[in-house]
Amino acid sequence: MDGWIIVLFFVIPLFGAFVMPVTYLFSSDSPKFITPVITFVLLILSLYSFVYQPEQIAYIIGGWKPVGDVPIAIYLVYDGLSGFMLVIINLIAFFSSVYAINYMEEYTGQKYFYVLMCLMIAGMNGVVLAGDLFNLFVFTEIAAKSSYALVAFGVKKDELEASFKYQVLGGMANLIILFGIAMIYWQTQTLNMADISYMLQNVENNIFPVFIQLILITGFGVKAALIPFHAWLPDAHSSAPSPISAMLSGVLIKTLGVYVIMRLFFNVFPVNESVSIVLIALGGLSMIIGVLLAVGAWDLKRMLAYSSISHVGYIIAGLGIGMIMLARGENQFVATLAFTGSLFHLANHAVFKGLLFLNAGAIEYAANTRDMKQMGGLAKFMPITLTSSFSASMSISGLPPFSGFFSKLIIILAAVIAGFYLIAGLAVVAGIITLAYFVKFQKYAFYNKPSVSSSIKEVPNLMRMSMISLAILCLLMSVLILPEIREVFLNPAVNTLMETTDYADKILGR
Amino acid sequence: MTLYILCFILFLIGIYGVLTRRNLIKIVISLTIMEFSVFLMLVLIGYISGGLAPLVVHPEGADISVVDPLPQTLVLTAAVIAVATNSMMLALAIRLYKKYGTFDIRKINELKG
Repeated sequence: MDGWIIVLFFVIPLFGAFVMPVTYLFSSDSPKFITPVITFVLLILSLYSFVYQPEQIAYIIGGWKPVGDVPIAIYLVYDGLSGFMLVIINLIAFFSSVYAINYMEEYTGQKYFYVLMCLMIAGMNGVVLAGDLFNLFVFTEIAAKSSYALVAFGVKKDELEASFKYQVLGGMANLIILFGIAMIYWQTQTLNMADISYMLQNVENNIFPVFIQLILITGFGVKAALIPFHAWLPDAHSSAPSPISAMLSGVLIKTLGVYVIMRLFFNVFPVNESVSIVLIALGGLSMIIGVLLAVGAWDLKRMLAYSSISHVGYIIAGLGIGMIMLARGENQFVATLAFTGSLFHLANHAVFKGLLFLNAGAIEYAANTRDMKQMGGLAKFMPITLTSSFSASMSISGLPPFSGFFSKLIIILAAVIAGFYLIAGLAVVAGIITLAYFVKFQKYAFYNKPSVSSSIKEVPNLMRMSMISLAILCLLMSVLILPEIREVFLNPAVNTLMETTDYADKILGR
Repeated sequence: MTLYILCFILFLIGIYGVLTRRNLIKIVISLTIMEFSVFLMLVLIGYISGGLAPLVVHPEGADISVVDPLPQTLVLTAAVIAVATNSMMLALAIRLYKKYGTFDIRKINELKG
């Protein structure tokens, strides 16, 4: 694979975003067909580069060679972890954009919706590929700003309020991240991630990197909606239009929050035991408090949003367990197991949470309500929504043939072997409560006494298509557990986390 | 050192404003104060006392210290982003005012997050 292909991942959606207002002048339908084409091309590109590029590759924009030992150019880095994230982002983006064609018909100003969506995709792809903190920060902002606008897209009372809240908290998080970046610059005089990694290895004082890491956990914890910083998530994710909720919950919190935490704390900073304990504690808290909040919710999308908090908790707890094993340097196998579980769960959660939000959107589209008490008896009218949401609900609550079971099992196994019995217990309890509220959702939405009028029809074909494809993926993803397939899809990403600061050697080649 | 402490005080004033003010516009102003304190700190970190502007006009090999342009470009970019944030938040504040007829966040509470 040539290096320049990497650039296409954010050039194509950026170009699309600025071309769409022009094509809109000639045909008012064009944006809604251009966006799925763009996301499809990106999906194909990401799969192509994932299969044909197992090695790490660094692309230097403009070809500026390092002066002496100092890298001066903009670095884009493609490796196992980036490739894995790119596939997930563009997969969910493709299905959301296909779904949006019918779903967005009732909204005005559709062209702005598609422009913002393309900008958000460009921002997320950029975050995943950025090789220095400057670009990481800028791309984070692009993705975050477009998501603020998309949350407020319906301009109703609650949407505006949710967006304002999201912006105040998101804005403060950005400042904390910028403050962290300033601290890193103070210590190392550089913003290139590989170079920072070198500089930090030579730092005598061990406290300063930990201090920066704690600042960054606060900043990116807001983006990832870990428990003390979660207040914006249920409002923002439930107020956005459904295809956007699917992208926010499915990939945005993972790209801006979890991915950056992985990249910075494993590959840039030296792995550290005290930081990993913070991660495990935050993960465990999010896991259990997220489900407890979700059980009480009657608004369908709000329930799904709370459940996202708990699942991000699983991912972060898994990462923390792997990190503590790496830092102690004892059992490398457990670290591999924990990372496999985390990354597998990240992919699974993107698929089933994306699907559940699309289902919620379908119910809202057909029955015009989000309150589970006002639904009921939808099974008769909406068979496809029923089956696809059943598949997703079983996967998210971790029943055996579905993918969610395996990823949760691996995380729990890793926790038990590593000796974190409390985390393993919390994960099991959270899994059981998850099953409880998804059974509640199935019962109230589809099987209870019909309380809705009989004029409800199943949603249009394109919406059905995305839901069915994602439902099949929910089942298919469980083959990732097989060693041969895991070798191709999960191991490159796991190896990126395992190699820790060797990352820098590969990029700068010192 | 005094300058850094002053920056930090500015940051705390901003946080205090965001947390205690009830008016949407005042929250936006407080957030802007926070932003500027962080920008100021970044510029201060990049500054070398007696350093010159990073332009390539000095003769080759001359013994002069030049300020690193990296934090300055970062601050410029971040300032542009901050303008976008502020304009968007103010636009939202205007829309909220049209819906509720007030800027008071105690009266704007449809959601219970």
